Amino acid sequence: MAPMQMLPELGQVALALALLVALLQAALPLAGAQRGKASWMAVARPAAFAQALLVLCAFVVLTVAFVMQDFSVRYVAENSNSLLPVIYRYTAVWGSHEGSLLLWALILAAWTAVVAEFSRKLPDEVVARVLGIMGLVSVGFLSFLIFTSNPFVRLLPAAIEGRDLNPLLQDPGMIIHPPMLYLGYVGFVVPFAFAVAALIDGRMDARWLRWTRPWTNIAWGFLTLGIALGSWWAYYELGWGGWWFWDPVENASFMPWLVGAALLHSQAVTEKRGSFRGWTVLLAIAAFSLSLLGTFLVRSGVLTSVHAFAADPARGLFILIFLSIVIGGSLLLYALRAPRFEQGAPFAASSRETLLLANNLLLVSACGMVLLGTLYPLLADALDLGKISVGPPYFGFLFVLLMTPLVLLLPFGPLTRWQREQPSKPLAMLAPWAILALVLGVVAFFVAPQGPWKTAAGVAGSAWILLGTGRFAWTRLRGSGRFTPEMIGMTLAHTGIAVFLAGALLVEAQNVQSELAMKPGQTVELAGYAFRFEGVEETQGPNYISDLGRVQLLRDGKPLALLHPEKRAYASGGQVMTEAGIHAGLFGDVYVALGEPLGAADDPDRAAGDWAVRLHIKPFVRWIWLGAALMALGAFVTAVDRRFRAKPAATDTTRRHA
Amino acid sequence: MNPIRKRRLWMILALVVAAAIAATLVALALQRNVAYLYTPAEVLGGTAGESVASGEAKFRLGGMVAEHSLKRADGSLQVHFSVTDGDAQMPVAYTGILPDLFRENQAVIATGRMQGDTFVAEQVLAKHDETYVPKEVADKMGLAHQKHGVQTPADTPPETR
Repeated sequence: MAPMQMLPELGQVALALALLVALLQAALPLAGAQRGKASWMAVARPAAFAQALLVLCAFVVLTVAFVMQDFSVRYVAENSNSLLPVIYRYTAVWGSHEGSLLLWALILAAWTAVVAEFSRKLPDEVVARVLGIMGLVSVGFLSFLIFTSNPFVRLLPAAIEGRDLNPLLQDPGMIIHPPMLYLGYVGFVVPFAFAVAALIDGRMDARWLRWTRPWTNIAWGFLTLGIALGSWWAYYELGWGGWWFWDPVENASFMPWLVGAALLHSQAVTEKRGSFRGWTVLLAIAAFSLSLLGTFLVRSGVLTSVHAFAADPARGLFILIFLSIVIGGSLLLYALRAPRFEQGAPFAASSRETLLLANNLLLVSACGMVLLGTLYPLLADALDLGKISVGPPYFGFLFVLLMTPLVLLLPFGPLTRWQREQPSKPLAMLAPWAILALVLGVVAFFVAPQGPWKTAAGVAGSAWILLGTGRFAWTRLRGSGRFTPEMIGMTLAHTGIAVFLAGALLVEAQNVQSELAMKPGQTVELAGYAFRFEGVEETQGPNYISDLGRVQLLRDGKPLALLHPEKRAYASGGQVMTEAGIHAGLFGDVYVALGEPLGAADDPDRAAGDWAVRLHIKPFVRWIWLGAALMALGAFVTAVDRRFRAKPAATDTTRRHA
Repeated sequence: MNPIRKRRLWMILALVVAAAIAATLVALALQRNVAYLYTPAEVLGGTAGESVASGEAKFRLGGMVAEHSLKRADGSLQVHFSVTDGDAQMPVAYTGILPDLFRENQAVIATGRMQGDTFVAEQVLAKHDETYVPKEVADKMGLAHQKHGVQTPADTPPETR
């Protein structure tokens, strides 16, 4: 065979070698750190680089197979098609189970290599343990890939034509959504590895913790972006106009996000004050465990949901064993070693520590609530209690209930001092702004054309956070004038929450929608807009035939935009996809989606006739994703704070008075 | 008691109270928002319970869209179709836009309640792609339905089209 045709076998060899290197990277440094053998520990760094290179090789090989359309590789034949546009051939690599796991492994190997590169100032033992644990995780993933989900399996004889990438994934939003999400998921491996290393060692050094914080921030930032991209994609691609469905797969990514947010705050307390040590370690374990759970819940197909493209219960056993080793092992270690951690500085009931404790409890409860609602149907099924589903009202009600105190307490956090604070001080600082926020809420209540309660809550809550955060920034700037990147990051992220809150509640309150039958040439009015339906034409796309609708949007009789909602029928498999026509604006979107042709089924010209059309007016919907982007930006800005990189003077005790 | 112990005691008490409140709320919210999945035979045969058959309880109806049953009044959003599980059929009424993947002879899950002999759907979900059947529906429908092509994508070799 020509060398090019041997490539998939090479990819397989690279994966197998990567597994061996990962085993080496796990075993030798961990044993070396335990016995104090420097030469064993020194293996960690080169092994990490070698493993990253090998996994990259495998990934490149699979990408080449997709770009060259090698339908003798089963995974390619199942997820590509000769008509597939070139850009989607690259992204089809992670379009299904095997490839997305390979992407996971690649990102894990890349993070490991980056940690290996930037950890040169840390003690050898710490680096050896951290890289060893990351190696262990890698061993789990690579063996899962090789033994149950090999992307390089041949299909003999080769298929003449591939099955095509799931049309839902043939979209620009989907190109970057999975890598962003995985950067976040996998990123939590760094705090996890540091936490487990600290448990093995039996003590938690403030220096390592300070060194870990940017990694948590970056991981959480990427996770935020990934979730926001997924929400945005669902909004314009599914044609329902919703932005969050409490779908099990969304929940799977939301749980590590909630715990990650708790971890960010708890790490800050532990690093600055030495308190919450055990709790921080527990959160680090939980964040990564939930990331693993999320990956597997989505990819194993146990959940009945729109995302379960890969339904193969045979992989379930491996996943279960892997999860129980990671979660059970680290929790056991925690139970044995955590009590050894020293206590941090004591704090009074009225202090920033208490507020951050409340923050953590609320976020973790929210995560527990989501976990219960997501797993309850699986549990009920396993216990033979019937086939049930948990509706969005469950999540909506409890989430609002848990987040309300968080929103109310948020502005107090930055203004309250560590250790002990007179409650009257931050209260006095914030009282005028609380009154202003309330007044704005009352005004919104009376101005709102509909949904006054939600509107008022959105405006008041958002104004409260925004004004409270502004008050903090003003105090800092006027006082010492010291405004570190960490503070800028926090201010940005909290502003993001305010923007998100306004968007989420206002769009829920002010959304206007209508589903109706429209004749070509007919004009319909909705919430001050006029929609003129100019009919549907058939057009040809690269690998689909599209019913391309034309809807002229008018405001006060003047044309505003020509919208093109689409209905695409993909050539392979005949799947139909909706592409919404959206007139986007900072203060609201106008959203048009085609339903179906309403003419008689045997009429050849039915596409040119009447259509069911869905019209939405979505005020402030962009603010949801804008808020998420601000939160992610805040996390990234925090991560560049030089304090996290400066070589500390202290040796091994936590600084008590930061 | 020394102050540290006292503080711990209070914290533990507060935690217990909070956990109790949370558990109650969660249980209540779950109870109200859980929807069971039944097939037409289960509803008509009475195994689904009286409250489902009488239209009191909201539930999810799962099965296949029966062949030649889809009827839509021209130019309107009202649709009628039947859901079958091989043993029994149930007429369904729905007003609105059907999902992209809604077809006859394919799996569907509709949420709603009974009104007389008809199931009035508030929401209709169709299966995800041409080979995928929601696991719970596949589980529920007996061997009689394997002939409709109940296969997981992993078992299906890529065909030449």
